[in-house]
Amino acid sequence: MHELRSPTGAVVREFATSSGKIFAVTWHGPWPPDLQHLLGTHFAEFQQAVQSPNARAAHGPLTIQQGNLVVELGGHMRDFAGRAYLSDQVPAGVRAEGIH
Amino acid sequence: MIVAPKLPILFCTVVLIGAALIASCGGGSSHNNSMAPIAASGSNVQPIVVNSGPASNYANGVFTTLTVCVPSTSTCQDISGILVDTGSYGLRLLSSAGGGALTLSLPKQTSGSETVGECAPFVSGFTWGSVNSADIKLSGELASNVPVQVIDPTFSAVPADCKNSGVPADDTLQTLGANGILGVGPYAQDCGTACTQAGTNNPGLYYGCSGSTCQVIAESLTQQVQNPVALFPKDNNGVVIELPAVTGSLPSLSGSMVFGIGTQSNNSVGGVTVFPLNSSGEFSTTFKGKTYPAFVDSGSNALFFLDAATTGLTVCTDNSGFYCPTSSISLSATTFSSGTNANISFTVADADTLFANRGAFVFSTLGGPNAGTFDWGLPFFFGRNVYTAIESRTTPVGSGPFWAY
Repeated sequence: MHELRSPTGAVVREFATSSGKIFAVTWHGPWPPDLQHLLGTHFAEFQQAVQSPNARAAHGPLTIQQGNLVVELGGHMRDFAGRAYLSDQVPAGVRAEGIH
Repeated sequence: MIVAPKLPILFCTVVLIGAALIASCGGGSSHNNSMAPIAASGSNVQPIVVNSGPASNYANGVFTTLTVCVPSTSTCQDISGILVDTGSYGLRLLSSAGGGALTLSLPKQTSGSETVGECAPFVSGFTWGSVNSADIKLSGELASNVPVQVIDPTFSAVPADCKNSGVPADDTLQTLGANGILGVGPYAQDCGTACTQAGTNNPGLYYGCSGSTCQVIAESLTQQVQNPVALFPKDNNGVVIELPAVTGSLPSLSGSMVFGIGTQSNNSVGGVTVFPLNSSGEFSTTFKGKTYPAFVDSGSNALFFLDAATTGLTVCTDNSGFYCPTSSISLSATTFSSGTNANISFTVADADTLFANRGAFVFSTLGGPNAGTFDWGLPFFFGRNVYTAIESRTTPVGSGPFWAY
């Protein structure tokens, strides 16, 4: 696990497999993260899913599942948190609810 | 609030007969009974109502009607269908270009020769538009010359930085579900000191715009969009949201928003427990022996907590933002800050079934997932007078920011 602190106060954690492949990222801070940067090549998948009319069923936190990509957004103004992971890349023995 | 729509559209004919709403496809399934006393009237009492809202499809949205005026004039407009949100800060009005009710021309804020724009972050969407000035009247209270946001899809071009959060713009009546958002949460400004800085420490909410080109600017605290309650001459240290208890679901529910905490006889603090916020603007909640970060938010339309694996509650197939347990389940959790705590009992029912009652828009048992966190949304407010005190404002039970109930 690798922890970074952004200039605007967010704590970002990257989780990597023993071979160095990042399979999950979490964030917590006063502002939403730059998901284009955090998700890299998966950003387009996320954008496509979040725009679809069925993606947002609640006035509240949001979970996007697109193929193996899972993105969870939560919090409220001045306090945002979330995580993203690739469900097929999570190492055996690691449970999704344990990524934080 | 965390902006995002909504239920599948609830098509049904609603006929107003006298004071009673009769829905042709079924009304509420239950009664309500008030536990905490609700202030009926007063110069600091603003009526609020939970109903389907101006887009006719909002579940658990609490709305109000306010008056906005061109500053220092009697040129004013009443606007209904404004969402009351203790999870954000400041007034945002949907422009007529976005399908909103605002027709009044409010003066735009400028920075040098540029017009000031804002990209305001919500969890599942952002609002984009100009920053304007307005006088805001709520009950007998007046906030003068307040910076507000006018949400306007035709204002300049949305900057790339604003889009990098990846979530879409909420800039239409359909996506917003309201004619505006009244942020009355525990801070005075929507950004605070972060936006007063230049350079990479600035989170990029405020922009100076010239034509279709906008760039991030430093914005002083007084120029930022802000909680109008903090600008009232009195009763300016916070609000109390008062809604009756609800069993099951209802078509609508009336209550009050009382301005001030411990400033008048109708907002006294006797018997309430105070929960100071930590530096992240949160407190804590213990559930089944584990402790999680938590917050209280009238703009979240359900009790959003943890995930299916942790709670054992199934996520709905039709409405994937909510839980669908096979039968209603009673749960309890403990909310706490340093030195204070309160046990909270709540019930979660099958959201797909709840939403099948197409005449209902008030749901006391609506729950949903929110990985690793407790978001005590609108059902938490039913039957519980919830106090939200603004940062560094004094009250008889200590300084804000805090929640109390």
